[in-house]
Amino acid sequence: MLLLPEFSIFLFSVICLFFSISKKKSGIVPFARLLTLLVLIATVLSIANNGELFSGAYRIDLFSQIFKIIIALGLCLVVLMLGRNTEIEEAYLPEYYMFFGFSTLGLMMLTSSVELISIVISLEISSYSLYVIVPLRKGHTKIQIEASIKYLFFGAISTGVMVFGMSYMYGMAHSTFLSDIITVFPQFMTKPIGILALILTLTGFFFKLSLFPFHFWAPDIYEGASNSTTTFIATIPKVAATALLIRITMLALPAPVQFVNILMVLAAFSMTIGNLVGLVQKDIKRLLAYSGIAHAGYLMLGILSMSREGSASAMFYITIYVFMNLACFYVLILLSQKGENVTLNDLAGLSRRSPLLALLLAVAAFSLAGIPPTGGFTGKFFLLTSAFRSGHLTIVIIGAVNTVISIFYYLNLVRMGYSKEAVTTAPINLSVSEKLLCYILIFLVLYMGILPFGLLELFKIAL
Amino acid sequence: MEQYLLMNQLSFPVLSATIFLPLIGAILVLLMKNDKVIKITAFASGIVTFIMSIFLFANFNPETHLFQFGEFLSWIPLYNINYILGVDGITIFLILLTTLFTPICVLCSWTAIKDRVKEFMFCILVMETAMIGVFCSLDFILFYIFWEAMLIPMYLLIAVWGGPKKDYASIKFFIYTLFGSVFLLVAIIAVYLVNGTFNIPEAMFRNYSFSFQIWVFLAFAIAFAIKVPMFPFHTWLPAAHTEAPTAGSVFLASVLLKMGAYGFMRFCLPIVPKASLYFAPYMVALSVIGIIYGGFVCLSQTDMKKLIAYSSVAHMGFVTLGIFSFTLFGFEGALLQMLNHGITTGALFLCVGIIYERTHTREIMDNAGLGKIMPIYVGFFGFFSISAFAFPGTNNFVGEIYVLIGTFVQSKLAGFLAVVGAVLAAAYMLRLLKQIVWGRTDQVFIKDMNAREVVYLLPLMLFVLWVGFFPRPYVYVMEKTLAHLFNQLQAILH
Repeated sequence: MLLLPEFSIFLFSVICLFFSISKKKSGIVPFARLLTLLVLIATVLSIANNGELFSGAYRIDLFSQIFKIIIALGLCLVVLMLGRNTEIEEAYLPEYYMFFGFSTLGLMMLTSSVELISIVISLEISSYSLYVIVPLRKGHTKIQIEASIKYLFFGAISTGVMVFGMSYMYGMAHSTFLSDIITVFPQFMTKPIGILALILTLTGFFFKLSLFPFHFWAPDIYEGASNSTTTFIATIPKVAATALLIRITMLALPAPVQFVNILMVLAAFSMTIGNLVGLVQKDIKRLLAYSGIAHAGYLMLGILSMSREGSASAMFYITIYVFMNLACFYVLILLSQKGENVTLNDLAGLSRRSPLLALLLAVAAFSLAGIPPTGGFTGKFFLLTSAFRSGHLTIVIIGAVNTVISIFYYLNLVRMGYSKEAVTTAPINLSVSEKLLCYILIFLVLYMGILPFGLLELFKIAL
Repeated sequence: MEQYLLMNQLSFPVLSATIFLPLIGAILVLLMKNDKVIKITAFASGIVTFIMSIFLFANFNPETHLFQFGEFLSWIPLYNINYILGVDGITIFLILLTTLFTPICVLCSWTAIKDRVKEFMFCILVMETAMIGVFCSLDFILFYIFWEAMLIPMYLLIAVWGGPKKDYASIKFFIYTLFGSVFLLVAIIAVYLVNGTFNIPEAMFRNYSFSFQIWVFLAFAIAFAIKVPMFPFHTWLPAAHTEAPTAGSVFLASVLLKMGAYGFMRFCLPIVPKASLYFAPYMVALSVIGIIYGGFVCLSQTDMKKLIAYSSVAHMGFVTLGIFSFTLFGFEGALLQMLNHGITTGALFLCVGIIYERTHTREIMDNAGLGKIMPIYVGFFGFFSISAFAFPGTNNFVGEIYVLIGTFVQSKLAGFLAVVGAVLAAAYMLRLLKQIVWGRTDQVFIKDMNAREVVYLLPLMLFVLWVGFFPRPYVYVMEKTLAHLFNQLQAILH
C-alpha cells in the first residue's frame, strides 16, 4: 500500500466533511484527535515503502516518507492543541479540520512529487486550503480579511513566478520530470538561464518558508489569522518547502558559485532583517513571524552547503523548528482566553499564573535562540558546521552574530514571564491532557538537543 | 586515546556522578512543595556533591600530567562528538571550588530568598552541574553545551531575584557573554574541520599554520576575555554583580570568572601557542591596564558590591598576567590566584550579602561604623579585606608573588605597574574597611552574625590562612600538569 499516508489523511478530511452535516459539530474535536493519531500511525508504518507511481511522477522513498512523518506528527500535535477552540465559530469547525487535512494532503504529496506539474498541483492543493481558513476567526474584524487577501495575492504571485521558472526548465530539458532535468541541467548551470530558472522555481518554496524577499506576508498573516491557523501555517508547510528545496537544489550539483552566492545573500538578508525587525515587536505572533523569517535564513545555511551533510542538517533543523514553534504557539493558544492576539505585556507574571506554561515558553525561546542544551542549538550547530565545511565562513559568522541579536527578543519572552510582575494574577488552569502535551513538547525540544542519536544518520541515509 | 587520558580506575563513573548529582538534586527540588524541605534538600545535594569531589581529590594522582578518571562514550558519531570527561591538575581545584561554594550559596540564601525558593534552588543546582561539567569536559561540544547552558540559570538568578536594575543587568550579561560564545563556537568548528574531531586533548600542540592560529586565537580570546573579564570587556560585570542576589554574585565571582582564565589556559595556550605568544604583549598590556584601571575605579565607588566587583577586574588582571607571562611561575601563580580570588572575593560578597540582609542597602556610608555593634562581622570582613589586598600571610599574597616573579622575568615594566596596582588594592580595600569599621558613630543596633553565617565563612577563612602560610600542597598538585604545559610550550616555541 504505497499511498497509505495520503489515503489516510484524505480519509480524515472526508470524514470531517461528513461531520459538517451533523447537528452537534463540536463533537468533532475528540474524533479528529483520534483520527490524526491514526494518520500518524499509518504514516510511521509506511516508512519503509519504496516505489514509483504515475509513470515516475510520484516517488515514494525514505526521504519522502520521513518528511511525511514529520508532517503527520506536526498535524497531530496541532490538532491536539486545538482542544479549547475559542477562536473558530463552531458551525465551521468540521470544515476547518477538513481544510487542515487537505492542506496536509497537499504537503505530503509535495514531498513525493518529482515532476514539475505534480509539484505545482500539490503545492496548490495545500495553499488553497490555507487561503480559505485564514479568515476563519471569531468576530468580524478587517484584520483577518486583510490577512487572507494578502496571503492569497502573495501566494498567487509566488506561484506564478515559480511556474515561470519551471517553464524555463522545461525549455531547457524538454521534459517535466526532475530525473530528466538533472541530466541536462549541469551544462546550463554555468549560464544565466540555468541559475535564473532554478532561483525562480525555488521562489514558491521561499514563499512558504518566508525567506527574504518573499517574507512580507508573514507578519500580517500571523497577526491576522487565528492563533490555531497561524500555528499550522508557521510550521507544517515549511517542512514540505524544505523537502522541495533540498530536492530541487540537488539538481544544481555541482553547485555553481553564482547560485550559491545568491542563496547566501538571501540567507544573510533574511536572518538580519528578521532579527532586527523582531527586536521591536510587541505582538508575539508578529514577533514569531520575524523569528520565522530569520530561521528561514538559518535553514538556508544547510541548503547552500550543497552537500548531503548540509541537507541532513537542514532536515534536522526543520524538525526541531516545528517542535519549538509549536511549543511557543501552544503557550499563545492556552494564554488567549477568547482567541485574541497575545502581546508581550500579557506574558507578565506568567510564571506565577502557570509555572508550566512559563517553563514551556522559556524552553522554546531558548531553543529558538539556539542555547544549549536545547534542540535549537544542536540544529544550528549542524547547520553552521556544514556551511563552514563547504567553505562559507562569511555566512557562518553572519549567522553567529545574528544569534546574538536575536537573543534579545527571545530573552524578552522569558523575562516577561519570569521577572515582570503580573497585571492579572488569575491562575491559568490546565487540564491533565494539556499539561501532558506541554510536557511532551518540552521533552521533544530537549530530546532533540541532548540525544540526536540516529536521527541525523537516518536523515543522511534518506538523502 | 591512551596517550592523554587515564581511564577511570574506580568502580563507578565518579566524574559523571559529580556532575549529575546536583542535577538529580535539582529535579528532586522541583518535585517538592515545602520551602524548608527544599532548602534542606538543596543543601544536602550540595554537601553530597562536595563529599564526592573530596573523594575525587583523595584519589587524584598528582604524579602525572595526564587527565584522570577518564570516561569515554560515543555521542554523535556522525560528527565525531564524544562524551569525554577527565580531570587534571588545573581543573581539580576548580571543581573543588565549585562544589565548596554551592552549599555555601544555599546557606547564604537561607533567609535572604523568600520568594520562589524552589526555582531559586533549582537554578543554583543546575548551575553547579553546568559549572562542574565545563571543567570536566574534554570534548569541545560537550564543553560548549555546559558553557552555554550555564547562562540560563545565571540569567534567571539575576533577572528574577536581582536588585532594582535587574532587567538591564541580566540582559547585558546574557548578550555580552553570548556574543563571546558564538565566536568560540565558530573557532571550535574551525578547529574541528582541520582535525576531524572535537576532542580537546587531540587538538593540543599541533602544528597549525600561523594565520589559522591567529584567527582562532582572536575568536577564543573574545569569548574568554569577556568571561574573565579583561579590560575593556568588563562593563557587564559591575552591573551583573551589583544586581545579582548574593548567591549569584558569589557564583559569578568564584566560579564563572574563573572559566575565562581556565579557557585561556586550556585552549589558547596549548591549541594555538604561537598566536598566544604573538599576542602575549597585548594581553599583558590589557591585564596591567585592568589592574590599574580597576584599582582607580574602586577608589571612587560608594557601593560596596560595585567596589568588590571592580576589584575583581583588577584581581583577574593578575591571573591573565600570570598566564601570558609564559613562565612556570606565572602559570602556577595564575592558577593559585584563580582559587584565591574565588575564595576571597566570594567571601567578601557573602559579607556584603550579610549586611545587606540587615540594612537593605549597599551604600558604604549607610553601612559604616559597624565596629562596635557587629564585632564578629567586622572581624570577618576585615580579615577578608586584608586578604584581598594580598597581605603577607594570606592566600592572595602567595598568588601575587608567583605572578609577579613570572612577570618580572618577562617584562620589568609590566611587573612594576602590577606592583603599583597591588598598592592601589591596599588603598581601596583599607578605605572601605575604615568606613565600615569606624566611618560613623551614630549607627543604631544591628544584629551581629548568627551561627549559620559564621559556619559558611569559617571554612573560607581557614583556606585563606592555609594557602597563605603553607601553599606547598596546592602547588604540588598542580605542578606536574603546569610543568607539562610549560615544557610543551617551550618545545614548540623555541
